[in-house]
Amino acid sequence: MTDPIYTLDLSGAGMWSRIIGRHKTLRLTDLEGGANIGMLLYHASERHERYNMPDTLKGQHIFYLRAPYCLHSDMGRILASITQDTTGWHDTVCGGSDAALVRQKFGDKTFQTARNDFHRNARECFLIELSKWGLGERDLVPNLNWFSKVVADEAGRLSFVSGHSKAGDHVDLRFEMDTLVVLNTCPHPLDPDPAYHPRPVRLEVFRNDPPAADDPSFTVRPENARAWRNTEDFYLLAQ
Amino acid sequence: MSTFIPAFSDLNAATAIYDHTILAGDHWVHEVKRGQTLRIVDLEGNQAADTLFYNAHDPLERYSASDTIRHQAALYLTTGTRLMSTRGNPLLTIVADTCGNHDTLGGACSRESNVMRYAFDKEPMHACRDSFIRGVQCWSHGLGKRDITCNINFFMNVPVSPDGQLRFADGVSGPGYYVEMRAEMDVIALISNCPQLNNPCNAYNPTPVQVLIWD
Ligand SMILES: [Zn+2]
Repeated sequence: MTDPIYTLDLSGAGMWSRIIGRHKTLRLTDLEGGANIGMLLYHASERHERYNMPDTLKGQHIFYLRAPYCLHSDMGRILASITQDTTGWHDTVCGGSDAALVRQKFGDKTFQTARNDFHRNARECFLIELSKWGLGERDLVPNLNWFSKVVADEAGRLSFVSGHSKAGDHVDLRFEMDTLVVLNTCPHPLDPDPAYHPRPVRLEVFRNDPPAADDPSFTVRPENARAWRNTEDFYLLAQ
Repeated sequence: MSTFIPAFSDLNAATAIYDHTILAGDHWVHEVKRGQTLRIVDLEGNQAADTLFYNAHDPLERYSASDTIRHQAALYLTTGTRLMSTRGNPLLTIVADTCGNHDTLGGACSRESNVMRYAFDKEPMHACRDSFIRGVQCWSHGLGKRDITCNINFFMNVPVSPDGQLRFADGVSGPGYYVEMRAEMDVIALISNCPQLNNPCNAYNPTPVQVLIWD
């Protein structure tokens, strides 16, 4: 890829939201290792269309995400494809932290005492950013957790895999639709680290060529080929 | 799941204050008051009861699959599971279960996802998310598609393997199996009794479920 058209280093427990157009790629880089990025995605103009955890999982028969898999909307379309990924596993089911969880795990740390190092939580960060786009509590759905690995045993009990993502690990999301991207860098809710330790990440956006029908993200599962056709049909009619 | 021990209920169907059969493909909306018990009965076996819950007094608070998974650090729902809201509050607690494995990952079928999952010619087929939309519209409060979030599939078996594969497996339910839950706040229950004709796990034959409520 060529030079990024946008670069931002986001501090730990930070939040960010922008619209990223189709035919652009967002690269997320874990700068120190152990980062977590909670992410929600919405169709940029039709914001009741959003990332859907169940359709993404059952459409691809997988419980986590990695390249070359896709992020499906609840309308049978593809919001983004994972084109590069150095970690091989990203959590899709555990959601984010809330104020009660952060208080229970780490105690109170308010702005009064800690200034900008006060304890933030994923739910409030999502709600703050969502509000700026006319969205709110109604639009909270299970989010993605980039760089975090959570595995299930035979009985469905979950465990967080510490040390999964290393400094410099990155994942590339190629957007197939104009997408509102809402994210925060709060710690994963099941991370057993006893210290509140959110990590910084780098965001970079690149232009990419439109993908072809034989792209690995669309051939990895027949469901993805149909979802991509639905996506192309949407723009064929809308533009 | 081989070690599952059924947890039976002491409640007698004859003393229920409410008894209704939801036909295959129908939706059902009903209030369950705090302290009341809701039982869902799989009358003929391996039928998916796609279910959502809302705080009856503030529908912005509703069932959250990810909060439920995170609170119990487990994927499957059974006796003892607390069904958590988007605000981190328990909506209901599962108090009896003779099936042993209820899913909250697989979500509801929709006309759009039927196209993606199966084929373009499946688009006209009746699907759960359309039933959910009609259900919340009938309850009113101005709710609609935005308020349809990731649901519970009672009686559905969606195993995840340790290497991260996810399958829609044959059901482990059977005729008369039931799940029972106690409401921890006043909730509205919304059920789409799934009309899915494309998935072999119900033998391509959607069937009725029964709902019972006790004080
Ligand atoms: Zn269904």
